[in-house]
Amino acid sequence: MHLLKDRGFVHRVASEITPRDLYVGRRELLRHFAAGAAGATLAAWASRDALAQAATPSRPNKLAALPGTRSAVAGAFTMEKPTAYADVTGYNNFYEFGTDKEDPARNAHTLKTRPWTVAIEGEVRKPKVYDLDELLKLGPMEERIYRLRCVEGWSMVIPWVGYSLSELIKRVEPTGNAKYVEFVTQADPKTMPFVGSRVLDWPYVEGLRMDEAMHPLALLAFGLYGEVLPNQNGAPVRMVLPWKYGFKSGKSIVKIRFVEKEPGTAWNKAARNEYGFYSNVNPNVDHPRWSQATERRIGEDGLFAKKRPTLMFNGYEAQVGQLYAGMDLKKYY
Amino acid sequence: MQMRTSVRPELVEGPVASLRQGFDKLSPSGKARPKPLLLHPLAKPILFVACLLPFTWLLYGAISSIYGVNTLGANPAETLIRANGDWTLRFLCATLAITPLRQWLKQPALARFRRMLGLFTFFYGCVHFLCYSWLDMGFALDDIVRDIAKRPFILVGTSALLLMTPLALTSFNRAIKALGAPRWQALHRTIYAIALLALLHFFWMRAGKHNFAEVAVYAAVIGVLLGWRAWGRLKPSRSSTP
Repeated sequence: MHLLKDRGFVHRVASEITPRDLYVGRRELLRHFAAGAAGATLAAWASRDALAQAATPSRPNKLAALPGTRSAVAGAFTMEKPTAYADVTGYNNFYEFGTDKEDPARNAHTLKTRPWTVAIEGEVRKPKVYDLDELLKLGPMEERIYRLRCVEGWSMVIPWVGYSLSELIKRVEPTGNAKYVEFVTQADPKTMPFVGSRVLDWPYVEGLRMDEAMHPLALLAFGLYGEVLPNQNGAPVRMVLPWKYGFKSGKSIVKIRFVEKEPGTAWNKAARNEYGFYSNVNPNVDHPRWSQATERRIGEDGLFAKKRPTLMFNGYEAQVGQLYAGMDLKKYY
Repeated sequence: MQMRTSVRPELVEGPVASLRQGFDKLSPSGKARPKPLLLHPLAKPILFVACLLPFTWLLYGAISSIYGVNTLGANPAETLIRANGDWTLRFLCATLAITPLRQWLKQPALARFRRMLGLFTFFYGCVHFLCYSWLDMGFALDDIVRDIAKRPFILVGTSALLLMTPLALTSFNRAIKALGAPRWQALHRTIYAIALLALLHFFWMRAGKHNFAEVAVYAAVIGVLLGWRAWGRLKPSRSSTP
């Protein structure tokens, strides 16, 4: 089995091996090299990665700016190289706009993102319909660079802009009955051509357990690459859950409901044996039709390169592992 | 090539052509008809080049992606695996369409192209499998074997390819002679089972996403092509002359 194979010296977070000030200092040193202290070509080559990692990726200047300050949440800022904007916005799943991964970029221009409201309902003391502008001002915008692992076996690194969902949850004051959070997304057949196709039950619904939703890494995202979300990536507001397969992160959210029972989620309803409610990234639990032990990083892993190993909880085990302590993750996949 | 055109059409392809009774209807007297375009000496080379076009395009895409030029989208590995699978299915449909078309259009010369289309089906199937085992599995033999054993949709696809192998190996004229026409024909009827396996493979692959639009198209085409044959069998005395 893959899970028993020694895949080398794997650490969840870089800081497990190297203290922060040490690796920051190392980058500083490389910059000095690049400035011309030593063999210019070699130094430039050596520092290229370090510079790329240290800098916030620059804006593509396609949409309105949405700046965020670098997040202080543990694990929220991976040092890996962000996937190119063109790939992030040109290759993804958003079934309301078609089932091919090029379809959303082609078709999502019809989505109307203003006016937009998000209704908070259910087991909360302060239910409310939030206007998008209110939500944008609700918390300070943070930039977070997350790994994204799609259930199909590919992955990206994406610089998102948003704040922890917990900021919103605290304001609406869930009651003791709120055990789960249900995310209902937009399903407008007039602007979303594939709503009504029999592929899934519409609207697309996703859900989390309350403690998962309260985890600081659970991001309510409004932008990427320092700009507002492109329509095809779930504008104007979506969830991002970096330790779960991508489909758990609902796009273009219109309703957040606090409920007592586990909500029926779109893919779980469509294929119960293939997509579980939790759908945490787990290299040890295969999809029935393919292995989840490895993944291909879009735009980075060469065509003939061996696929890279997938990490438990997509490399966020140090941050989210305790949420699932004692759970049989083969049963609750 | 020059010589062939002067021979009676039903002899052009040797025993393959004579397997089909329909052929004999063409010109029992052997009298020369106006020569159809399908018998042109360049028809086969042109078809050969046309059949290679998808492969050439994908190979170009694979090579250029090594140099950072991306013509195959954000995930070239996935594109290569899927496109070659798509082309296998398309060539399979084209191969199965030859006999019905030959009879509907009264173009017996179409039979000349059946073997080439069949071999291209096998070729694209092999490239599809090669892409899967290389790009997806990194040529890790134990992983591939385990994957085939574990996943019905991979098993079905692999079986289809394995079943196609003896057909490809017995596609040349001498093999037909050695086997004898009836046995050869019986062997090559495996293609009907292969078509259904290939369809099932595609269906299962798309089932996880409930995305059956394309599957339905292939199912309809293969359904018509196999249904037409079944219909012919159920209706006796269709082609037998009194």
